[in-house]
Amino acid sequence: MTTIGLIQGLYIVAGVMFILSLAGLSKQATARSGNLIGIIGMGLALSATVWYSIYLSAEFPADRQPVWLTALLILVVLGIGLSVGAPIARKVEMTQMPELIAAFHSFVGMAAVLVGINSYLAESSGDSVHTVEVALGVLIGAYTFTGSVVAYLKLSAKMKSSPLVLPGRNLLNMGAFAVFFALMMWLVALGDGHHTLGLVLVLLMAVIGLALGWHMVAAIGGGDMPVVVSMLNSYSGWAAAAAGFMLGNNLLIITGALVGSSGAILSYIMCRAMNRSFISVILGGFGADDSKPAAGADGPVGDYTEISVEGAVEALLSAKSVVITPGYGMAVAKAQYPVAELTHRLRSRGIKVRFGVHPVAGRLPGHMNVLLAEAKVPYDIVLEMDEINDDFTGTDVVLVIGANDTVNPAANDDPSSPIAGMPVLEVWHAQHVIVFKRSMATGYAGVQNPLFFKENTDMLFGDAKTQVEAIVAGLPALQKA
Amino acid sequence: MSEPSVQSTGVDDVVAPMTLGIPAETKRGERLVAASPKTVAQLVALGYTVIVQKGAGTEATFADAEYVAAGAKISDAKTAWGADIVTAVNAPGSAQLNKMRKASVLISMMSAPSSPDYIADLAKRGITGMALDAVPRISRAQSMDVLSTMSNVSGYRAVIEAAENFGGMFTGQMTAAGKTPPANVFVIGAGVAGLSALGTAASLGAEVRAFDVRPEVGEQIESMGATFVQAAAAQQEVSSDGYAKALSEEQEKLTAVMYAEESAKADVVITTALVRGKAVRTISAEMVAAMKPGSVIIDLAAIGGGNCELTVPGERIVTDNGVVIVGYTDLTSRMPQHTSQLFGTNIVNVMKLLTPGKNGVAALNFQDEVVRGMTVAHDGEVMWPPPPVKVSAAAPAVEVAVMDPEEKARLAAEAATKKANRRLITSTVAAVLVVLAVATSPFSFVSYFTIFALSVVVGYYVISGVSHSLHTPLMAQTNAISGIILVGALLQLGSTDIAVLVMSFIAASIASINIFGGFLVSYRMLSMFQKEA
Repeated sequence: MTTIGLIQGLYIVAGVMFILSLAGLSKQATARSGNLIGIIGMGLALSATVWYSIYLSAEFPADRQPVWLTALLILVVLGIGLSVGAPIARKVEMTQMPELIAAFHSFVGMAAVLVGINSYLAESSGDSVHTVEVALGVLIGAYTFTGSVVAYLKLSAKMKSSPLVLPGRNLLNMGAFAVFFALMMWLVALGDGHHTLGLVLVLLMAVIGLALGWHMVAAIGGGDMPVVVSMLNSYSGWAAAAAGFMLGNNLLIITGALVGSSGAILSYIMCRAMNRSFISVILGGFGADDSKPAAGADGPVGDYTEISVEGAVEALLSAKSVVITPGYGMAVAKAQYPVAELTHRLRSRGIKVRFGVHPVAGRLPGHMNVLLAEAKVPYDIVLEMDEINDDFTGTDVVLVIGANDTVNPAANDDPSSPIAGMPVLEVWHAQHVIVFKRSMATGYAGVQNPLFFKENTDMLFGDAKTQVEAIVAGLPALQKA
Repeated sequence: MSEPSVQSTGVDDVVAPMTLGIPAETKRGERLVAASPKTVAQLVALGYTVIVQKGAGTEATFADAEYVAAGAKISDAKTAWGADIVTAVNAPGSAQLNKMRKASVLISMMSAPSSPDYIADLAKRGITGMALDAVPRISRAQSMDVLSTMSNVSGYRAVIEAAENFGGMFTGQMTAAGKTPPANVFVIGAGVAGLSALGTAASLGAEVRAFDVRPEVGEQIESMGATFVQAAAAQQEVSSDGYAKALSEEQEKLTAVMYAEESAKADVVITTALVRGKAVRTISAEMVAAMKPGSVIIDLAAIGGGNCELTVPGERIVTDNGVVIVGYTDLTSRMPQHTSQLFGTNIVNVMKLLTPGKNGVAALNFQDEVVRGMTVAHDGEVMWPPPPVKVSAAAPAVEVAVMDPEEKARLAAEAATKKANRRLITSTVAAVLVVLAVATSPFSFVSYFTIFALSVVVGYYVISGVSHSLHTPLMAQTNAISGIILVGALLQLGSTDIAVLVMSFIAASIASINIFGGFLVSYRMLSMFQKEA
């Protein structure tokens, strides 16, 4: 028993380290040590598990594969993880972070489904609590898997991002849950024995989970994807927790619950930033209400003024204070490097440059911060919406780079707008706003933006990266005195 | 509505580009010109053949060569006035109108409301007259509003004149030779000119106080660095059309008292109270008599008769008690270079509106309220006054119901109580359900459930304070941690059941990809965040 006791002890230490790791990641100053603690915790947990698995094979040779085979398999598995995961992590573009995270979530979901089925096959003894745990674990895992796959497809533009609206979709979902519940009761009633029928039932439940995940995420519009990714993060945690219950493993329960609740609260924080109800996002179909698309489908309204690169250079040079509000367009155009260079040049001229980042700019919360950090923009000049909104009045020039809905005054002024009530960056209070945009098309929410027609707004059309580079090139060289 | 004679036929390549003339100003002492080399280049870009009269920009420090470099042709007065479109600062006299062709367009300031005879004359000559000072005051047309431009410049210049006439420094100084107090500047009227004046004076270091009968501009005054003189009883309600209204007798008396107090304290008084061309009497002779010797009054409303009783339009006078009263009416002409540049840009914006095809052919679209509003004569007909501008955009804003703040607070409190009640009920129900579920479960489950419940709460609190900028790394990290499912898969990896073995192998492989990938990505992102050295 000492071995098992020791392993349980290691698990508890690992669990605590995970908690400390997440706590560390909520502040810039401690974020890196938080990451490190998480890695160490995972190292401990895995070593303990490897040891335990080999120990089991050694102690119970009758029920287990030989020790050498167990060890070899574990080595191979870890080798696969390292050789596939590490290159992806090293090469992935920061702009593709949302897709990557969504893809990773799908792995956890898939693993949870397989572990659940295994657990049923290997350990089921007709215990009803265990059976319920298996059913829930398989459902959540399957849901997470397909949900993440759809989110990945939508984020990488391999699938249309507009919400899929099936007639009576809420009824469909409810029906699926009801069927799942019935199957679960049947499985519990089966008790021990009838393993083949039981397996079929478990597989059916997995199919229901897969269908539900696909349908529910497909019904959520592209604009809500940041919330969805964070929600799937939460689900992947619950899936792990469910696996913990069925395997009777405390570490899995602790970690799963931790990830589950943190993902949920993160989604909630984001919903609040968008002034969306959490429930309505989960139920999906944003923009699908009958009244909404009509309001958003309008083309350009009113007159807008264009500005040239030279005009923008001049405006920037005569400014004392500049705020840059980046959006997903900056990520798409990969304009963060020229933007960072522009920031550097302007600052070396004594112009105060700051960034105003909307909490849901990009396709993932904090997406902009990561991109700007990648381009080495110091993070103390990158401010949140609440920190900068009052300062626009005293700002000479605002550069809106690839942002649209997050700077839309309709959110404040137009109660009929689909984004009404969403807090936005109030850039229009500045002296002069320059909007970098490819065309007059609408943003992700499909809503027209009155900002573009304001008299202090000028449009600079074209690829954000090319235009920012042109502005950088247009800044006269600073004379060194 | 009559069909405009100068209109694009839509066949761009057939219609020759129009000529656009920039003649020298003929008004005595006028140093402005209707285009700078910069704006000429913009007009050329719109497709026009621009003709500048020789020496037109000399007084505004623009050499003919600069105009040529910008793409203009230099010509004599006759050719410039004979162009298809003539742009000027001031309305030309009949000698110049004689040089203009029938059916040509004249764009200049015209003071339309006070010069019906002039407009009739234009109509008789068949000249299309477009008055720059009649541009409707709607946001879209602000870039064409020469009155704003002129007011802005004259407000600035007023401070410069005041500084010249005042015997001291505007900014207070502490020197080895003792200290001087900052100048006290009092600005009456916070329109464009007033705001420009008070901003300029404040930036020179003066103590600036300003008053306007419209209480809503207080914020603008403060934003420019001046103190808003509070005289609650003397102020009116929020104006509906942006212009100040006449005051009631009672208000007028109170305002006069305040003016007297403020002007007696001030070193410089700048008055800008000009409502639709008419000056309002603000500073009486007695108030001037009570002012300090050496103090200065700049009367920006001199052109409309003057805000100060003693102002002599166009002149600088010194009163018996040594107060300087400046009534110049040509303040904008005294800064010809920038005024011409700004004025020229206003004209470029008008031409952009008139030239949607950018093909050098002006099209007068009278459906456009800006075009219609500024056209005073066309095709032999007098078009003044224009129909009133419908400001559709403003309507919904007015509709917003004004709710009593107390009522609002009460409703908010009510909603909060309701929400709290609902939350209490759901929590209670949830707690009861959990207790029931646990009570009917085996003991092993209970211990797991305890751990689960506590972990959920810990997760909630750990994450609640996360900063937005860390959301992405945090998600990568939690994603890596949720790869802990690997633990379950690893334990199953020794199973003798071949199906279980295969499935757990797959599960373990993908979960471990998740772990390695997630942690490394999170690490990579975090190492990018750097604080400025």
